[in-house]
Amino acid sequence: MSLLASYLQHAIAVFPSLLRGAVITIEVTTFAIFFGLILGTIAAFGKLSKRSVFKIPSSIYVDFIRGTPLFVQILIFYYGIPGLINGLTGEVFRIDPIIAGIAVCSINSGAYNAEIVRAGIKSVDRGQMEAARSLGMTERQSMKEVIMPQAVRLIIPPLGNEFIALLKDSSLLAVISVHELSKNGMLYVSKTFAAFPAYISVAFVYLALTMGISRVLNYIERRLGVSDRSE
Amino acid sequence: MIEVNNLHKSFGKLKVLKGITEKIEESEVVCVIGPSGSGKSTFLRCLNLLETPTSGDIWIDGEKVTDPKVDINKIREEVGMVFQRFNLFPHMTALKNIALAPMKVRGLPEKEAYDRSRDLLKKVGLEDKADVYPNSLSGGQQQRVAIARALAMRPKVMLFDEPTSALDPEMVGEVLNVMKDLAKEGMTMIVVTHEMGFAREVGNRVLFMDDGIIVEKGTPQEIFYNAQNERTKSFLSKIL
Ligand SMILES: Nc1ncnc2c1ncn2[C@@H]1O[C@H](COP(=O)(O)OP(=O)(O)OP(=O)(O)O)[C@@H](O)[C@H]1O
Ligand SMILES: [Mg+2]
Repeated sequence: MSLLASYLQHAIAVFPSLLRGAVITIEVTTFAIFFGLILGTIAAFGKLSKRSVFKIPSSIYVDFIRGTPLFVQILIFYYGIPGLINGLTGEVFRIDPIIAGIAVCSINSGAYNAEIVRAGIKSVDRGQMEAARSLGMTERQSMKEVIMPQAVRLIIPPLGNEFIALLKDSSLLAVISVHELSKNGMLYVSKTFAAFPAYISVAFVYLALTMGISRVLNYIERRLGVSDRSE
Repeated sequence: MIEVNNLHKSFGKLKVLKGITEKIEESEVVCVIGPSGSGKSTFLRCLNLLETPTSGDIWIDGEKVTDPKVDINKIREEVGMVFQRFNLFPHMTALKNIALAPMKVRGLPEKEAYDRSRDLLKKVGLEDKADVYPNSLSGGQQQRVAIARALAMRPKVMLFDEPTSALDPEMVGEVLNVMKDLAKEGMTMIVVTHEMGFAREVGNRVLFMDDGIIVEKGTPQEIFYNAQNERTKSFLSKIL
């Protein structure tokens, strides 16, 4: 049998388990996007706040996460923290790998989102806030009605890139046995040793997923672009 | 209407306002002139608390603005401001720009707010631009919408910070005309401007500011043709 034919057979054979892995990857990524957006928005406003009770924790969070590798964050979260709890309380503490994966990815993505959201808000002209405030609108009203609608258009494109990065980075969760796309590829290779066809297939499934996200994002950007008569 | 007593404002070490005392009567139109950096904008911005005064007191319509317990937003509702760079909201139509604050701040029902906005657009001669976004308007038109937007809150005082200096010369007139109409209706106005024609025609008084104080004040005639202070004279000789 030719090499090509054997590779094709492996690619077909690995495919069902890659699809199952892709579902996990999508699941983890979707939840992490959702929670990461919430965390990122909170941290962004925290960093923009004049009050140090909000500002300092937000800055520490963002700097710590952005200054350390996701891989290490995964290890800390999955092994380090349960170990710490065990050491402190004497009780065995286990955490579901998928839950841990979603949590770490959310926390990680939130820090990057925070910078994106903060930059978006800051790049809206100062005069906009002043005009809104001079009309008697409160800070909150001005944010909601005037600043955020303009900031969102600046925020969406880099946020989209962040989502794509998140989807790819979720492959690191293989290290804590989350059966996502890469992990399932690895499992197949450990049984068959067919590394080339299996990992190429893994790569193509990622490519399909990221292209899918790009399309959705382009669509959203276009939709927002239509209602944007300001530029 | 407006009373300012020994107003000081510093940014860090930089002293920008060094003791401004001034009384402005109802329906008065006061023009403020002075060199760049003399503190004209800062003075206006203190009046609606866009800047917090370092010391001194301000009363507007009997209300002590500088009282720490004062509701800043309530004060701002009564004091309209027009900016050099218009600062219209780019994501809203002209009509929505005007209607937003009355709806959000005064709680006006939508229909009423839009009716009021349409009337104001008519007043500034732009009734056909209701559904246009700011970036499709000329500078002069944008500034007229900005004036309408400030008027929509029915303020007792209007502050103008160089409302025509970002405009092409051919558009200055249309904005000044709107302001003249407003002055004739009895609006109390403080206008930072170097438009002498405007100051002479509708200004009751002119204040000349330099280096954080009011150096000289008087009627437009007195200031423009018979200035006493050397600094005033030298400034006027540069702009005339
Ligand atoms: N937010 C601020 N922080 C620090 N310095 C400021 C601030 N706002 C104004 N200044 C400084 O205060 C001084 C007076 O500024 P202001 O804008 O009031 O002058 P102006 O008379 O309006 O000048 P122009 O004719 O150029 O508009 C300037 O030196 C300016 O740099
Ligand atoms: Mg100024």
